[in-house]
Amino acid sequence: MAKVSTICPFCGCGCNFYLVLDEGKITGIEPRPNNPVNKGMLCAKGWNSHEFIDSPQRLKTPLVRKNGVLTETTWDEALDLVTSKLSSIRDTFGSNSLAFLSSAKVTNEENYLLMKLARAVFKTNNVDHCARL
Amino acid sequence: MTNSINEMDDADLFIVTGSNTTEQHPLIGTRVVNAVERGAKLILMDPREIPLARYAHIHLRQNIGTDVAVLNGMMNVIIEEGLLDKEYVDTRTEGFEALKNTVSKYSPRVVEQISGVDASDLVEAARLYAGTKKAMILYAMGITQHTTGTDNVKTVANLSMLTGHFGFPSVGVNPLRGQNNVQGACDMGGLPVVYSGYQKVDDPAVKKKFEDAWGVTDLNDKPGLTITTMMKAAEKGDLKALYIMGENPMLSDPDLGHIELSLSNLDFLIVQDIFMSETAKLADVVLPAACFAEKTGTYSNTERRVQIAHKAVDPPGLARSDWEIIQDISNRAGYPMNYANTTEIMAEINKVTPSYAGITHSRLEKVFGLQWPCPNEEHPGTAFLHKDKFTKGLGTFLPCDFKPLAEVPDSEYDFILTTGRVYYQFHTGTMTRKIDILEREAPKALIEIHPDDAKRLGIRNNDLVEVSSRRGTIRLKAEVTPRVPRKVVFSTFHFSETPVNLLTNAAHDPVSGIPEYKGCAVKIRRIA
Repeated sequence: MAKVSTICPFCGCGCNFYLVLDEGKITGIEPRPNNPVNKGMLCAKGWNSHEFIDSPQRLKTPLVRKNGVLTETTWDEALDLVTSKLSSIRDTFGSNSLAFLSSAKVTNEENYLLMKLARAVFKTNNVDHCARL
Repeated sequence: MTNSINEMDDADLFIVTGSNTTEQHPLIGTRVVNAVERGAKLILMDPREIPLARYAHIHLRQNIGTDVAVLNGMMNVIIEEGLLDKEYVDTRTEGFEALKNTVSKYSPRVVEQISGVDASDLVEAARLYAGTKKAMILYAMGITQHTTGTDNVKTVANLSMLTGHFGFPSVGVNPLRGQNNVQGACDMGGLPVVYSGYQKVDDPAVKKKFEDAWGVTDLNDKPGLTITTMMKAAEKGDLKALYIMGENPMLSDPDLGHIELSLSNLDFLIVQDIFMSETAKLADVVLPAACFAEKTGTYSNTERRVQIAHKAVDPPGLARSDWEIIQDISNRAGYPMNYANTTEIMAEINKVTPSYAGITHSRLEKVFGLQWPCPNEEHPGTAFLHKDKFTKGLGTFLPCDFKPLAEVPDSEYDFILTTGRVYYQFHTGTMTRKIDILEREAPKALIEIHPDDAKRLGIRNNDLVEVSSRRGTIRLKAEVTPRVPRKVVFSTFHFSETPVNLLTNAAHDPVSGIPEYKGCAVKIRRIA
């Protein structure tokens, strides 16, 4: 059994715990008592936060809308389309016709990178996220 | 938070306002409950009888949207009775006379008229807060989700400054952030006006700094659109493409009918998520992302503590980490990014973000997080802000007058709808509704209605009712409970079957852009 330290994905408390792995599968959660935030305690959401990771409803494949229907595709096709559309819309209508929503759920590093993509690559400050909501 | 979670263990008094702490920040709520049990006092300001009400010494149940009046009333009492921290006000603040003028209009009797809060309770709360040195104010969206949200926050800060509650442990103004990395998303510049570390996009020196750091020439120096104005621009056709990473505006945003129109009007919508959310269903491209357990990176909690989480398992199928997807798009768009991992991205954040300069992955491996500002690698982090002086120098009182809700009840729409969350679900339910145990406990939205109103309308527990605002109609079951005041109904926005945000008002605070989720006018009738 292995244990990997992580941070709860729900509210802003930032509770610490371990994900417990058995043969490479997440099987449960163990407290991390000596951390200063939650001192080993968790709420009902935190105790069960590993349960959605394996959900059969997880998205597993890039999807592109074809003839009105979201259709499975490759990363290459999806990302080529994303890049060409963003670039052509920018070239036709200007940078401020694009907008980016970063996320209160992903890491700092990823939020920084999306902000950099919007500003350095597509030259727009239309960047926001759901802090207001 | 200006202060830290651990400091709550030494506080002697809490004001909790607009925060259902035990349900929405359970491990912070636990600290409040434990503190009360060891003898600390609790002043609760909340129209609803939330679970913390059981522990409150004073519960001020103000009419919805009257927070400024109540807080001004407390300051009126504090100044009238000479309970202010005069030395603190003289040496560390400015603008006191203007504040005094404004709050002089809010005598306890006047405030009682506006807010319904009993004048003697208000006086008692004011005396208690002013007379307790280690007193912390905790607030959440009940303060900010109003058209007067910025006024509410300023008024909370005024009260705290007037009584000298800033700059040492177990005091301060402490907003509780609702998502695991909403603090970090802001810190990293996920806002239309700032780069990472709140460096302003319209400051020429900042622009130059980021142009040099990123090796580009013409960064945009005009502030961008907020989420609320993006939706309006999309509806008008000015906004053509939107790239949404890990957000679900089709359930979380106000006036959903309009959001759907706006998103449908885009030429191109990209949604990157872990589940097929209501928003992803409208997208032109859906990109499958890794969840928290499938990648290594950092999150910043509500007390500014940056902590590292580690990869435990691989993402399912072809799903990839958000940073890898972004890097791929950037490379295709002709701007090379070559990060091998998030440690390298953090090294760049350290270089360009003064408050994060000392927060490296290698340090985070050895400690339980570092609280910003942390300006260098030797710095231990900052447990509380504004020590000795305010970050900006003198703290400025910014007095505000009471303004009513953007949409007040009338003879047709005669109830106020206020919204929030329940303990067992989280936000739009994208994650929690996939967890059987949580779904069993809270499988659907109910609308809370006071027994007196319910009786008048012939509504009993679990009756199906129709709730309408000027923007939409939903049907859901009633819970008859004195938890809500008369003429107020409450429900939650977790459930796509009963999207409460079809009803809410998109009218928003002019500065923050936050919509008024906490109060709009509705009518209600029994269906079956």
